[in-house]
Amino acid sequence: MGHVISMGAALFATWLLLSGHFTGLLIGFGVASCLVVLVIARRMDVIDREAQPVHMTPRTCGYWVWLVKEIVLANIDVAKRIITPGLPIEPHLIRVKATQRDELGKVIYANSITLTPGTVTVDIDGEEFLVHALSQEAADDLATGEMDRRVTALEGEG
Amino acid sequence: MIQAALNIVGWVGLVGGGAFVIVGALGLVRLPDVYSRMHAAGITDTMGAWLMLVGMMAQSPDWLTAVKLFLIIVLIFFTSPTSTYALANAAYGGGVKPVGRDEEGASSNS
Repeated sequence: MGHVISMGAALFATWLLLSGHFTGLLIGFGVASCLVVLVIARRMDVIDREAQPVHMTPRTCGYWVWLVKEIVLANIDVAKRIITPGLPIEPHLIRVKATQRDELGKVIYANSITLTPGTVTVDIDGEEFLVHALSQEAADDLATGEMDRRVTALEGEG
Repeated sequence: MIQAALNIVGWVGLVGGGAFVIVGALGLVRLPDVYSRMHAAGITDTMGAWLMLVGMMAQSPDWLTAVKLFLIIVLIFFTSPTSTYALANAAYGGGVKPVGRDEEGASSNS
């Protein structure tokens, strides 16, 4: 039930912000269309903890702030490597372990790696990711496992 | 006062984002192979696009427009790594060998 409420709230918030209508009749139409979508999604059986990860929501904000900070630092590093002829560019592949329990956690971790310039997830093989790194520093940064630990903490106990 | 601050944010965002996009384009030409070029494309996707959109948010005429621009940032945040992964995985599955040294075990394409 929590997942249905969370999806309904997300749908209606999106409708309200994208339409910008705040008058009674039109809001009624918005509510009606959100309800229709909810019923269809319910029948399709796509409302579950993977589509609406409410068990993670309270912790995601802190993770996103940390991730954006990492992305900004990595961006500056890679940009420096591209425009400075002297700085080393040594592309290579590394394998990193993923300790997340379910697939959603693994997807968050793999996408976080890819979103950070300097490292791209190339292949997922069970518990192991094959990652392409642009420089030794980027690879070492990932090998410390801090991002992995943070994503696993995001999953929590549930 | 607020208008001046918003103008500064707009300038910094648009000029800074443009600079990152140029660096990304330069990297696309300069880096050796398809995998390393994805890192350069990643710069364009993250800092380039984000800074430009934040700059546009500061210059938007009302808050609803700013919210819509923010939703574009969220969309890019989720779709860009997914498409980059699809591209990298397709290149790897298609047998494109990365330039550079191999780490232990990573060269075996089993």
